[in-house]
Amino acid sequence: MMIKKSFVILVIFIFMFVSFGCGQADRDRLIKLATTTSTEDSGLLNVLLPEFTADTGYSIDVIAVGTGQAINMGEKGDVDVILVHARDAEDEFVDEGYGVNRKDVMYNDFLIIGPEEDPAEIKGENDVIVAMEQIAETESTFVSRGDQSGTHMKELSIWEASGIKPQGEWYKEVGQGMGDTYRVGNVMDGYVFIDRATFLFNRDNYELVEMVEGDELLVNHYGIIAVNPELYSHVNYEGVMTLIEWITSEKGQDIIEVYGVDQFGQPLFVPNAK
Amino acid sequence: MEIILQGIKEGILLLWSMEPEIMQITLLTLQVSLTALFLATLIGIPLGALLALKEIPGKRLFLNTVYTLMGLPPVLAGLLVYLFLTSQGPLGHYQLLFTPTAMIIAQFILALPIVTGLTARAVMAQKQEVYDTAVTLGATRVQAINSIIREARLGIAAGITTAFGRVIAEVGAVMMVGGNIKETTRVLTTSIVLETRVGNDSMAIALGLILLLLAFLVNLVIILLERRSFKNETTIKII
Repeated sequence: MMIKKSFVILVIFIFMFVSFGCGQADRDRLIKLATTTSTEDSGLLNVLLPEFTADTGYSIDVIAVGTGQAINMGEKGDVDVILVHARDAEDEFVDEGYGVNRKDVMYNDFLIIGPEEDPAEIKGENDVIVAMEQIAETESTFVSRGDQSGTHMKELSIWEASGIKPQGEWYKEVGQGMGDTYRVGNVMDGYVFIDRATFLFNRDNYELVEMVEGDELLVNHYGIIAVNPELYSHVNYEGVMTLIEWITSEKGQDIIEVYGVDQFGQPLFVPNAK
Repeated sequence: MEIILQGIKEGILLLWSMEPEIMQITLLTLQVSLTALFLATLIGIPLGALLALKEIPGKRLFLNTVYTLMGLPPVLAGLLVYLFLTSQGPLGHYQLLFTPTAMIIAQFILALPIVTGLTARAVMAQKQEVYDTAVTLGATRVQAINSIIREARLGIAAGITTAFGRVIAEVGAVMMVGGNIKETTRVLTTSIVLETRVGNDSMAIALGLILLLLAFLVNLVIILLERRSFKNETTIKII
């Protein structure tokens, strides 16, 4: 009988445990945001979103994936709003009727980082296309996201502009987020195409250094787009519009402008909402 | 090595500090895994016993399917659950994607075949003698079946522990259907992924330690319950 008693107690315990806290937050007050790993990994959202919640009462669930996947979630109506960085794909998202009210939020830039030894001799090169050509010519290890993210698409567009089809032993597609790709690149002593926020946020832990930066081609724009409520009636359109207004407001933009200065000596993003 | 040692040190400090965020993540981890395990046990044990004891058409095929599903790749389970729950999917209008419920469903799917399969095996391993003896002693059919299941308890407990180990360590499926949302669906495994991604290796190790400790504690509870039920039985001594 001992067993049965303890079993019953266990069952009751589990039942109580299970029922408590599993309730969902009020859907009207909740916004589901799909965004890129860079905005989460850089820590920006940890600063921005609590302020937003305090000001408006809306809470936000952040799902951090690659831009490609974030857009895909928007197309399926699994999220209410997306914050991504791939202008062409964003425009397509809007043109096809999935998204409405696209707004510029901020930008930063991409750079190429690599090992100190610099086998492709690109350090200080200010033409990113020339640098990529040299990496390909010398077949120096290059670690690519390979995940259809905004960063990956940008990297591919630069390869395309240089007329090179990156392939071969030296070109490694890892199919992972920016932080993971950075880590792999660091282990392999390879070159990595990376956004500045992720680079600054992680660089103390790793050895790769700046190689190429400042080219016009390397600017990285972030846009926020509401999922079309006419397509998916369940999206929290009111909440999303509040978010878009807030993030492009003076207050939201000011927070973005100073984020990172204390920690990294320079801002990670430049706000540019109109 | 230094990172690992520092991680272990940090892990102990973290446990000691009982930081609210860590506590919340740990609690959610337990909540999701135990719920999934509980539901899988509720259905898996009777189902396994039924498969072992009753002659039904297609039983072999069904059992083989269960055994195969014991090795179901978690990401595949995650993908399937995702496709069912996505707002375009068959269960889309319940709006369950990116909630703890979605994670529980995914883990349940992973745990159920393990509990069912191992229960079936444990029950089948019981000899006809148990049933015969029970009947001889005046037990009804139901009582006799009960005693077979009781005799198989050790194997069933092994099934539960195995299933628990699988679901609590699960990362691919819960990442896919849960979304690793802070304070909502972030569990220990997915926060380890996140911390690794941002180069915070020692924190990742610390969280890993908590996970290990959790697995140990839950297993301990199961073992204690099991020992209670075998109080009067001694282990086999060869010498």
